[in-house]
Amino acid sequence: MRNTLDLAWPREGLTRVPYPLYSRADVYDEERRRIFLGPVWSFLCLEAELANPGDYRASFVGDVPVVVARDLDGSLHAFENRCAHRGALLCFKRGGHGREISCVYHNWTYDLRGNLTGVTFQRGINRKGGMPPDFDRAAHALRRLRVESLAGIVFGTFDEATPPVEAYLGPEITQRIRRVMRKPVKVLGYNSQILPNNWKIYVENNKDSYHASLLHAFFTTFRVNRLSQEGGIIVDDSGGHHVSYSKRATDKPSAEYDSADLRAKREDYRLADPSILAGTDEFGDGITLQILTVFPAFVVQQIQNSLAVRQIVPRGVGETELLWTYLGYADDDAAMLTIRQKQSNLVGPGGYISMEDGAVGGFIQRALPGAEDDASIVQMGGNGVGSQDTRATETAVRGFWQVYRRHMGI
Amino acid sequence: MPADIATQFAVERLLARYVASIDEDRLEEWPNHFAETCRYQIISAENYEQGLPIGVFFADSRGMLRDRVSALRQANVYEPQRYRHLVSSTLILDEADGLVTAQSNYMVVRIMHDGATALFSTGRYLDRISLGGREPLFVEKLVVFDSRRIDTLLAMPL
Repeated sequence: MRNTLDLAWPREGLTRVPYPLYSRADVYDEERRRIFLGPVWSFLCLEAELANPGDYRASFVGDVPVVVARDLDGSLHAFENRCAHRGALLCFKRGGHGREISCVYHNWTYDLRGNLTGVTFQRGINRKGGMPPDFDRAAHALRRLRVESLAGIVFGTFDEATPPVEAYLGPEITQRIRRVMRKPVKVLGYNSQILPNNWKIYVENNKDSYHASLLHAFFTTFRVNRLSQEGGIIVDDSGGHHVSYSKRATDKPSAEYDSADLRAKREDYRLADPSILAGTDEFGDGITLQILTVFPAFVVQQIQNSLAVRQIVPRGVGETELLWTYLGYADDDAAMLTIRQKQSNLVGPGGYISMEDGAVGGFIQRALPGAEDDASIVQMGGNGVGSQDTRATETAVRGFWQVYRRHMGI
Repeated sequence: MPADIATQFAVERLLARYVASIDEDRLEEWPNHFAETCRYQIISAENYEQGLPIGVFFADSRGMLRDRVSALRQANVYEPQRYRHLVSSTLILDEADGLVTAQSNYMVVRIMHDGATALFSTGRYLDRISLGGREPLFVEKLVVFDSRRIDTLLAMPL
């Protein structure tokens, strides 16, 4: 695609990221057009949130408001959350249930596939007013998304050319999503966190396994997560999706760790109540941490027995809303629920190993003035994009920018 | 003092001491206002009203509260900040066998190190308080916050 932005990428390529990408309003608008409305799959909701025919929910693709619905025949549909008439939000609450959705402004009605089914006073009142006779309701359906569900996660895309979800993700990412969504889930809670930074900074943060044990000292202190643990990074063929994983009890002595003056290294720190770490290996594979990202703005998280999906919603060039949905399995017993409650302390807006991510993006955003001609360095683990058997790498961050540049034509 | 006024006074004084320990950065004293086996949860009104079990923080022992303080002091990174709690409209809903059920409104203003001052959280305290011991103690404290949105991060307790 032609580069319509006046923005030259540094000659070093993917190992450099120009800072203006986080601060320019024209870039933000172009991302909506080329990425979020383009050939990508975005998280819409969970099937568990649309349990019954007639259920619908408001969601977002980027910052574009959409409605996702389960029609009366059980099929899933999504369409723009904007009345065809005057452009008002149709669903201004979290969601609802019914045979149709009506706009509060002039009471135009739509079915759960986004078809315009009713125009109030279309033929006027007492044969006065009303729409012209040639007004065709069928020509004014809401802009529809294609919808696919993968293991209970509902994705949507505006673009006819987007490959099917499994082809989009590739086999390894698909398998790792199925691993978490291995049986029916239920929602255990929601949180919304307002991040004072551009959305891409938070996406990069999720793909950056290098920072995990350095910024988040809580884990390291208890040796739950060090880069010397067995683990690695899987990057799909496109570069846009990734999985970072590690196994517990595989920590080997590391001269680099022992010699590095790490703020995170406090061996004397012990929990008064260690029950927060008393989880179970419910997947049977020893993997205690799996962070998975789907391009552009979706995260699936398994940290021990804390399961969650994170939807990243841009709210302007310098603000991002992070929507956390905590999950359990439908057949969890009371003991498992308590484990998930306790381990939810690890993540979320106040989480022991996530609260720093709420702040560090703002540290980048606030330092942008003066960096207009500069670029950040993304060179750990080399210059390329691909899977690596270490987490001391920024390969998945480079993968994000590889796909981003392709979409943006820069 | 009539019994109902004595209860009101005991509950309000516990609440005042509780918020002072947070606002005056005496976090190490904050867990002392809870029974050894207790329940403390920070949860949005939306989750609470839907009966969803996960919020922002959950503890079922005083030890977990002490661990929160230790983590904030030793492990977690967040910009220096203070809270100012305003607690009001305390209602005693029930009292039986030395156990009081009470609810109060709270408002927390967050003051960042650079002076930025903003309304951070409003909500309700839903408390169960034991009056049987030497000092009143929270057996259960649910912090039900009104807005589903949390700005940047929640480090210190509410």
